[in-house]
Amino acid sequence: MSYLEIDRLSVRLKGGGPLLRRVSLQVAAGEVRGLVGESGAGKSMIGKAVLGILPRSTEITAGRIVLDGVDLLTLPPAERRRRIGASCALIPQDPLTALNPSRRIGPQITDRLVDILGWPRAKAEARAQELLAEVHIPDPERVMRSYPHELSGGMRQRILIASAFAAEPKLIVADEPTTALDVTVQKQILKLIKEMQERHGTALLFVTHDLGVVSKVCQSLSVLYAGLVVEDCAVRDFFRAPGHAYSAALLAATPKYTDAEASLTPVPEAVIAAVRAEVADADRRAQHG
Amino acid sequence: MADLYEVTDLRLSLADMTRKPLFGAAPRLEILKGMSFTIPQGAVMGIVGGSGSGKSTLGRALVRLLEPSGGSVRFDGVDITHLDEAALRPLRRRFQMIFQDPMSSLNPRHRVGTLIAEPLKLHGFDDVSGRVARALDHVGLPAGFAARYPHELSGGQRQRVGIARAIALEPAFILADEIVSGLDVSSQAQVLNLLEGLVRELGLTLAFISHDLSVIRRLCSRVMVLHHGVIVEDRTTADLFDSPQAAYTRELLDAIPLPDPDQVWA
Amino acid sequence: MLDGRGSVKRRAGARLWLSAGWLSLLVLAAVLAPWIAPKDPLAQDLFLGRLPPFWVAGAEPGYYLGTDSLGRDVLSRILYGARLALIVALVAGSVTCLLGAGLGLMAGYLRGWVDVLISRFIDIWMAFPPVLFSILLIAVIGPGLGSIILAIVIIDWTRFARVVRAEAMAQGAMDYVASARVAGRGRLGIMLREILPNVLPTIVVLLTLEMGIAVIVEAILSFVNLSISTDDPTWGGMIAEGRAAVHQAWWVLVFPLITLFLTVLSFSQLGEGLKDRFDPVLR
Repeated sequence: MSYLEIDRLSVRLKGGGPLLRRVSLQVAAGEVRGLVGESGAGKSMIGKAVLGILPRSTEITAGRIVLDGVDLLTLPPAERRRRIGASCALIPQDPLTALNPSRRIGPQITDRLVDILGWPRAKAEARAQELLAEVHIPDPERVMRSYPHELSGGMRQRILIASAFAAEPKLIVADEPTTALDVTVQKQILKLIKEMQERHGTALLFVTHDLGVVSKVCQSLSVLYAGLVVEDCAVRDFFRAPGHAYSAALLAATPKYTDAEASLTPVPEAVIAAVRAEVADADRRAQHG
Repeated sequence: MADLYEVTDLRLSLADMTRKPLFGAAPRLEILKGMSFTIPQGAVMGIVGGSGSGKSTLGRALVRLLEPSGGSVRFDGVDITHLDEAALRPLRRRFQMIFQDPMSSLNPRHRVGTLIAEPLKLHGFDDVSGRVARALDHVGLPAGFAARYPHELSGGQRQRVGIARAIALEPAFILADEIVSGLDVSSQAQVLNLLEGLVRELGLTLAFISHDLSVIRRLCSRVMVLHHGVIVEDRTTADLFDSPQAAYTRELLDAIPLPDPDQVWA
Repeated sequence: MLDGRGSVKRRAGARLWLSAGWLSLLVLAAVLAPWIAPKDPLAQDLFLGRLPPFWVAGAEPGYYLGTDSLGRDVLSRILYGARLALIVALVAGSVTCLLGAGLGLMAGYLRGWVDVLISRFIDIWMAFPPVLFSILLIAVIGPGLGSIILAIVIIDWTRFARVVRAEAMAQGAMDYVASARVAGRGRLGIMLREILPNVLPTIVVLLTLEMGIAVIVEAILSFVNLSISTDDPTWGGMIAEGRAAVHQAWWVLVFPLITLFLTVLSFSQLGEGLKDRFDPVLR
């Protein structure tokens, strides 16, 4: 049985249009699933829905989010928050804004352990230092006492990764964690995420627009367009032969430095029209039950 | 073919305001540490490097948004290194720039038409509205977009407005600073194809700053790799990708995740 | 876009109309006071002292909101008091805005020695205790409309300057400013055409806030009898008088107080509402 199952989840803007259209996907324990799509496709929304941090201007209109056998959407808010806090975590996109600039690093990592999980402070601090060493940060003690602006972008992302794994979550949502990083730093961070994920056996929902990254980190993926899942398959199958025309078009539009003659073809109009028609169909079906 | 840009031992340092003492000047941070290169007319020159490499600073020095601290920059034979604003103004329409962030590079309070027309009026062009319409047409945007505000456009469309604004002045040279970094892969492809077409059609010389070597390969005829304010490699695209010489270049190439699960990516 | 802009627009609409409505009413009252005021605001009649408002027993017809200890009509005095309040608000507000925003814009965009000079000037100026400063000023120059306005400008221009400077600095770092430089625009042109329109919403809010503050400052000054020296009614003066007789004639205190409150509130809400109107992104 999968650890996370999203079943026909629909989200829309309050008083506005749909953002997620009956999204279904599954993540097994310890599995890394990629969520790909262009900006606005809704891949971030899914992660936020699972973590219970959807923007206030949106609302869930249908569907289930089943975490470890329990449908989060049927729980009272406090219970839902508690469950999510105990078993999920987030690796956010921007290491700069994700850390509080006026607090030292140490408390920012240990807060969760102390306040939410009730650990004694000494235990939390020891764990934090362990984690910083695990993510290959030299001199963890000094880093714990530093402020975010005193550290580099790559180091801040490592700290966020360490924070995410701190309470041994079963599921982590990584929301474009390397988009803001240099390509050489990105490689280190991706390898680190993979290493940590394998070591701790954590399931990972990996949101990205970069198909190259997907091929390195994920085992399965879901492709989104305008809130609709248009393809859901294993990574190997996807790159060998994408099933959906839109996926194939995305691949064709991705530049590869190894291919001198590659032409960058934007997604053809015909493909866009076809996938838009699919979206309209889905909407029609949803309206008529 | 003549060189449009001739850069010799370019140095640029900025005041490090985080270390400024209470009285006295802040210590200087050397960003460009002595660069020499040329950009031939008609070339598409890629400038690659990580953050902190100085590539953005180099770009801004080339269009004189920043004044070099040492060395010289010659544009079409004219030494523009230390010219003041008054002397630069007539030259400015010949070297233009397109910026990275489509959100902040267009004044949110001006309509698209005004944004493109302003520089034209400044340099005394005639038939401003005609030129605006032609510029929009060149970048594949409908003429009606002139009445829109930037926030009504998508990221890719905003970048195209930035391109229209740059080409409207009929410059000889355009600096594109990471202009596709914030875009979808599909919008990215559109903008790059557009740029390629314009370079051919309008006979432009282009300097393309990017951190993405895959994009560079596609677009550029020459590539310069920067690392910590120094040029580590400056060769034709084919040579660079076939046999990268600098260790840093190899590091960059090795780090790129290709959309291929079988790639050896250790 | 995924945000609450829709609801912000709805709220802004109501806010704008209500505040603009009250302020328009006030302007009308001030302008037309000589014609619409039921009684002469200065006329005293001790036999008609402390009459209650019309809905309370013992009221005299024609004195809708009652009278004060000296028999003067409260409503008429409030209407005439609006004149002073509005003049002070408009003049003091505008002068403070021009001075403060102007200096702040220059300091924030031009930076360099201009910024150093203006910022140090602001720092030194703010080191003087403001209220003391203005009381001293009035003591030296003497009370009067000009002094009040001068006092407000002196105290508050630095607030404008600081905030506008910060905004101008932030906008100055944006790429669209660099783009204007690449196009060849000069610094003055950039300041006025690129930076100013983007700083305008902030300035509008500060201006209307300042107007509200000006009204309060005037009221405080007239409360302590440091305002204009004639017998012309002022809201602050009425509140001061009303305070003495609050147990016997609560209406003498309450009505000017409510008017003052609504006026200041309207100014600040007007600013918020206008700011949203000015912003093409929210339109």
